[in-house]
Amino acid sequence: MKTYITIQYYGDYGDRETAKESSGNLPSNRDWPLWEVFIRSKMGLDHKHVGSLHAADAQMAIENARDVYTRRQEGISIWVVESKNIHASNPDDSASFYDPADDKVYRHPTFYELPDELKAM
Amino acid sequence: MEKQGTIQLESVFQDRIDQDIRIEPRDWMPEKYRQTLIRQISQHAHSEIVGMLPEGNWITRAPSLRRKATLIAKVQDEAGHGLYLYSAAETLGISRAEMIDQLHSGKAKYSSIFNYPTLSWADIGAIGWLVDGAAIMNQVPLCRTSYGPYARAMVRICKEESFHQRQGFEILLTLSRGNKAQKAMCQDAINRWWWPSVMMFGPSDDASPHTAQSMAWKIKRFTNDELRQKFVDICADQVKILGMLLPDPDLKWNEARGHFDFGPINWEEFWQVIAGNGPCNKERIAARVKAHEEGAWVREAASAYAEKQQTKQTAAVA
Ligand SMILES: [Fe+2]
Ligand SMILES: [Fe+2]
Repeated sequence: MKTYITIQYYGDYGDRETAKESSGNLPSNRDWPLWEVFIRSKMGLDHKHVGSLHAADAQMAIENARDVYTRRQEGISIWVVESKNIHASNPDDSASFYDPADDKVYRHPTFYELPDELKAM
Repeated sequence: MEKQGTIQLESVFQDRIDQDIRIEPRDWMPEKYRQTLIRQISQHAHSEIVGMLPEGNWITRAPSLRRKATLIAKVQDEAGHGLYLYSAAETLGISRAEMIDQLHSGKAKYSSIFNYPTLSWADIGAIGWLVDGAAIMNQVPLCRTSYGPYARAMVRICKEESFHQRQGFEILLTLSRGNKAQKAMCQDAINRWWWPSVMMFGPSDDASPHTAQSMAWKIKRFTNDELRQKFVDICADQVKILGMLLPDPDLKWNEARGHFDFGPINWEEFWQVIAGNGPCNKERIAARVKAHEEGAWVREAASAYAEKQQTKQTAAVA
């Protein structure tokens, strides 16, 4: 069986490639953890990914996100998730991963041929 | 066999670029593309951060509370720009700490413009108008650059930049309507910042060997000289509103070209400043290193606190 889900850290790079120019003393360990930031810009809208930042803990991540991403009232709610906890689909598998939807045109309303006289449908 | 595979991947990659499909962090990309982006984005990030220093110099001496508040807001924005860009570079596989090291050791460059001093209040106006103006000229096309995280960071930055340029022009406009000394101060600042701003677009096209590849990869969307010409054309008109002059005796409208002609650029000065011999290179890096070193205990304390909280929480659960 093929596994479609591999751990993909959005802002991180540890699981697939190593930093090419790395000086070898693992400088990334000197950084605070990386967090992904999601912001709801107004009531009724979804939280949307806006970028990432470093912070020592969740509280600091939220405060930094406020300072970095909402200086002009761009948000009313902030989510932060430590980047290492994000799992993502693998773009290399897209062809096979999304292929179940490829041959199902009947999921779209335009698939159905109905007379023009039919109104309000 | 492996070589064959790489060639195929490269042609798929170029195909996507040609169709204006963005490249995202997890997609395959040529190593050279990755390295070019890391260099360009980190240089750009460093420029935003170092760029806070010449302006920060005037925060305590801004002539009114209104000017002080707007200058603080602008400098704060630049810090944000640096952070957006560092994050974008990190998606390419370089750590923040490593980029900071490269800046402090001199391995990484930043825009040569920030190695000039801010001698008078009028300089803050000239920086907003010319330096942010040149930056905007460079940055607007980068909103369509081929690497997704970089393009998204640029969209955010461009939205914030227009206030920077307007507040600068307003400072100069106020001075230009002031007394004789204020007018002279305004002209003097324009005289000193004009040529370094024109140089901000980088070496001329025949002296930038990487331009062709960067254009093919759509990392760059216009050449240095194209953007420089656009900048000169716009400023040559805007300066008239100030009733001031740009310090270039050769500046003249060329009907046939549909552009302003301008005088020769002092590339010797440009390369000297890049090489570290500008008026403020040492001071700028020293200020960054000092801030970083003096902040070390704060970073350590925050990590220690986070760790302690984590341990407490784990203990409470158990
Ligand atoms: Fe900026
Ligand atoms: Fe700016």
